[in-house]
Amino acid sequence: MIEVHNVQKSFDGNPVLKGITCTFETGKCNLLLGGSGTGKSVLLQCIVGLMQPDLGSITFDGTVYTNNKVQIRQEIRRKIGMLFQGSALFDSMTVAKNVEFPLQMLTPEMTRDERRDRVEFCLKRVGLENAGEKMPSEISGGMKKRVGIARAISANCTYLFCDEPNSGLDPLTSIKIDELIQEITQEYNITTVIITHDMNSVVQIGDHIIFLYKGLKLWDGTKDEILNAEVPELKEFIFSSSLVRAAKRIDDETHNGVTNL
Amino acid sequence: MVKSFGQFLLFIQSMITRKERFAVLWNRTIDECVTIGVNSIFIVAIVSAFIGAVTCVQIAYNLTNPLIPKSTIGYMVREMTILELAPTITSIVLAGKVGSSIAGGLGTMRITEQVSALEVMGINSASYLVLPRILAAILMFPLLVILAMALSIVGGYLAGSLTGSISAQDYIEGIRSDFIPYNIVFALIKSVVFAFLVSAISAFKGYFTEGGALEVGNASTTAVNNSIIAILVADFLLAAILL
Ligand SMILES: Nc1ncnc2c1ncn2[C@@H]1O[C@H](COP(=O)(O)OP(=O)(O)OP(=O)(O)O)[C@@H](O)[C@H]1O
Ligand SMILES: [Mg+2]
Repeated sequence: MIEVHNVQKSFDGNPVLKGITCTFETGKCNLLLGGSGTGKSVLLQCIVGLMQPDLGSITFDGTVYTNNKVQIRQEIRRKIGMLFQGSALFDSMTVAKNVEFPLQMLTPEMTRDERRDRVEFCLKRVGLENAGEKMPSEISGGMKKRVGIARAISANCTYLFCDEPNSGLDPLTSIKIDELIQEITQEYNITTVIITHDMNSVVQIGDHIIFLYKGLKLWDGTKDEILNAEVPELKEFIFSSSLVRAAKRIDDETHNGVTNL
Repeated sequence: MVKSFGQFLLFIQSMITRKERFAVLWNRTIDECVTIGVNSIFIVAIVSAFIGAVTCVQIAYNLTNPLIPKSTIGYMVREMTILELAPTITSIVLAGKVGSSIAGGLGTMRITEQVSALEVMGINSASYLVLPRILAAILMFPLLVILAMALSIVGGYLAGSLTGSISAQDYIEGIRSDFIPYNIVFALIKSVVFAFLVSAISAFKGYFTEGGALEVGNASTTAVNNSIIAILVADFLLAAILL
């Protein structure tokens, strides 16, 4: 479980995060939902330690991460897997080398054969068993995300962070990526945090949803609760999706007002 | 200016505190030696051979006084190339080739979040990405400069004998007279300093790129500009101090 307590961050006097408190639960897909520029990526970067929050603290399973000793931060970092918005694969390495990289760096005690088996396993897990020898420039965007996931999980991460895992993908591929992340989360009981503004993902994998608006947390709950949320900003956000509007209408008609998406 | 110099020093410091395992750094350094050193042999060879040739022909053209022995041409080619042209011109050429590739490579890694990916894994990206490049440059520049010295003397020999401006015998006599071994040491010291300047400045510019592809291009250009200026300033300072 990751606890975020009163995290604040501003850039040149411009507040971006205005005191965010939330928890991300283990074994669940925790979604960070919100419009463009609301500070989702900044919050994620604060959590994984790429940025220092101005104020507030972040705790990983009881261990304080912010401003702690370098060794302890290092320990926690080694348990973090992250899928970046643009996949961020190392483009000088093959797909297999990309997946092997965290193993090489973080678990030097592993033998070459063990690493090869692990890479094979991870690539198979994301459905790319035949792409190991390809270079990142030779594969499609959806495949890159899969490789990114494989790289994130190869060193057995306990915390998985995904920044917009399905941006720029077609609906079918993006559902598959969502399902993959959900399966991995449940299978290995890890704490997964996903940034998204895709309502499809929300209703599909949103075990725990946190809605950010202009640097504040306005709402949190599950996918079953979100359609009945009474926060105007969230309503506006959700029902800007015409698919959701249509689904809700059909649902309301058939269930006579009881939403059960 | 002062601020970026301070940042530069902090950057160098961050690179050497919290280093990666030796085996990792070593492998990376060998890889970089190939990109920085081996892949530059061709351009360095061409440039230095021609510089030797041109130096020889032009000195011959200027030395029309019959009282000065012809072998002086060979002597002057040797002195000029070893002391100044081989280390400095080679480093300037490498500033263009190696500097732009270091800055461009790191800049691209930065804007595509590859640097962040390393950091998230708990890897000191400055040490992992930059230290091997600087070490490789420091290992490779002197070797390339030695190659350049040899080839520019050969270039002068060929040009002299082909154009007939100096006989092979005179040339060889010239390059063998009054040889000061310290000059070679001095040239190699220069090349090590230039190697550090080129690789560290370019890495600094690339590593802190912000924005997109345009900024990566700009980072490469400024890296090369600043490296060349640094080389020339250091060249002057070293000559003033060490000679
Ligand atoms: N390094 C930075 N320096 C200055 N301002 C920044 C920096 N990073 C983010 N910001 C600002 O913080 C705000 C929030 O940015 P952020 O990237 O977190 O948005 P987001 O919620 O992830 O949006 P999107 O969905 O478009 O990715 C933006 O206004 C941005 O300009
Ligand atoms: Mg973002």
